[in-house]
Amino acid sequence: MTTTVARSAGTVSGAPRRPARGERRRHPSKTRWWVVLAFLSPFVIGLATFVLYPVAATLYYSLTNFQAGSYRPVRFVGLNNYRTLFTQSDNFWIAVRNTVWMVVIMVPLRTAWAMLTAWLITRVKRGRNVYRTVFFLPHMVPPVAAALSFIVLLNPVGPLNKLLGLFGIGEPGWFSDPAWSKPSLVLMALWAAGNTMVIFSAAMLDVPRELYEAADLDGAGPFRKFRSITLPAISPVIYFSLLTGMIYAFQYFTEAFVVSGSANVEASSNELIGYPARSLLFYSTELYQQGFSYFKTGYASAMAWLLFLAIFAATVVFIRASRRFVHYSGGDR
Amino acid sequence: MTGRRHALGRNRSPLGRRLLYGLAEHAPAVAVALCFLLPLMISVLTAFMTQHQAGTGSLWPSPWDFGNFRRVFTAMPFGRDLLNTVLYAGLSTIGTIVSSVPVAYALARLRWRGREAFFLVVLAAMMLPAQVTSLPLYVFYSHIGWVGTLKPLIVPSFFGDAFSIFLLRQFFRTIPGELTEAARVDGAGELRILLRVMIPMTKPAIAAVGLFSFLYAWNDFYNPLLYTGNSQGGQTLAVALTQLAKSGHQNAYQLQMAASLMFLLPVLVLFFLAQKVFVEGIALTGIKG
Repeated sequence: MTTTVARSAGTVSGAPRRPARGERRRHPSKTRWWVVLAFLSPFVIGLATFVLYPVAATLYYSLTNFQAGSYRPVRFVGLNNYRTLFTQSDNFWIAVRNTVWMVVIMVPLRTAWAMLTAWLITRVKRGRNVYRTVFFLPHMVPPVAAALSFIVLLNPVGPLNKLLGLFGIGEPGWFSDPAWSKPSLVLMALWAAGNTMVIFSAAMLDVPRELYEAADLDGAGPFRKFRSITLPAISPVIYFSLLTGMIYAFQYFTEAFVVSGSANVEASSNELIGYPARSLLFYSTELYQQGFSYFKTGYASAMAWLLFLAIFAATVVFIRASRRFVHYSGGDR
Repeated sequence: MTGRRHALGRNRSPLGRRLLYGLAEHAPAVAVALCFLLPLMISVLTAFMTQHQAGTGSLWPSPWDFGNFRRVFTAMPFGRDLLNTVLYAGLSTIGTIVSSVPVAYALARLRWRGREAFFLVVLAAMMLPAQVTSLPLYVFYSHIGWVGTLKPLIVPSFFGDAFSIFLLRQFFRTIPGELTEAARVDGAGELRILLRVMIPMTKPAIAAVGLFSFLYAWNDFYNPLLYTGNSQGGQTLAVALTQLAKSGHQNAYQLQMAASLMFLLPVLVLFFLAQKVFVEGIALTGIKG
């Protein structure tokens, strides 16, 4: 199992992989090309239509003043859209800041929380599956339903504040307070971290018990055991969780859109996306607003391309930086 | 999770100590479990409150109002939106499986030049944010009159889904090469090998991929918002639920929760029916190569 961990992570990172054992080619003959093409054809068409063409078209749009649905002639404007983004839009920078906040705060917290809850589960001997089901259950709740649930739960005069009031703890404004709105979303992300928890608990239960017993004989304390045995074993999972979490956080949309949209019913207008006080204005919600509420297609396309580049750059940097910290047992790499 | 050697010895200790150990073992997990269940419990309880009581911070319905689930159907076209959601999720799942299985097979078992490079393209497509492609696609779909219908949601799934291809490829590679090789030596064509050898052996994996893709569509918010958000023919439930709050039903938390629970119920039923597939499938997405 540990060697498969190594292989999967290598694959995700796009590093060249070796053929798996038992897969050695006996007949190096190639499949006839038209057979291969027949198997690939639906996806090749799909790739061209739904991936390659749109990516290229977005780049082209981003250099024009194109507005979908408008009869205004499309004019080539060079890098104007990008210049406007960087120098004239405070929404853009607010969206960037909020999104980076989520990447830097939410993603590590979610990973740590998944690790902690997984550890709690591995400690329980009887009824482990019951806990695992309960911990995992919130992950099954559709994001929209989860957001609506949390809107009710975290209503400033709602149930949670009532409970907190009983204990005399402060009663924050949650989604309606700019200082608390993003932490509230983080709370929601922790609640739904069950998928990562499952991966962590599988990795933790995979560590041979003998290692801990040997460490006990050597007189190692719990912290030492965690650092020297558990942590190396789960480091590929930490890596996977941070990487996928980061890519996800860059595109963070649904929860923010639903929460700030619903909290904002009185205004009944899309213009106030990001309520309260633009604290929930994320990159994707701003892009949606520009592209599909105002139909500033060219401008939004420039945002889309920057997002693409940012995710790509962050992924490359992350993969490089983490190479040193991820431990692959089995000496596979 | 089977075959774990429990460090738990025979319980010879007195009852008090056993209780104490039990408490220490379970208390943190129980506390966390309660936190996980709290939002769901509040949602369920709110769905049974009267309009007057919902949103006031009351924890327990008094009196119990069982009419909210019925009222949802008059507050919004729930049945129509449910049908749309079922169509989107069902058809796109069929499309994804039918179109992704052959591609995954070609990546896992066929031998051709550029296979590894093509696999990298699949990975890249998997990581591509929807926002990057949605602007031109929206323009394209509105040109051919698809905006406002379910077509932009369903049709692309018949052209392969990168994530499903990736997962299926990983599963296919776990099948020993000797089996497909033997069929090949017997003179079976590739399509025959796929249908008669590969698919029967990877049924659980294909089921897992199907479940993931069904759930993805059921839960999807961004694409239905774009293409059916202002549609006359109705939305999918994920979008319709958020619009319930905006359509003259302000502060109708009890209706929102009732509708939201009805939206959630099929997912939970699926989960409990196929829990093993889910949990193991998710562990596999992260671990198994």
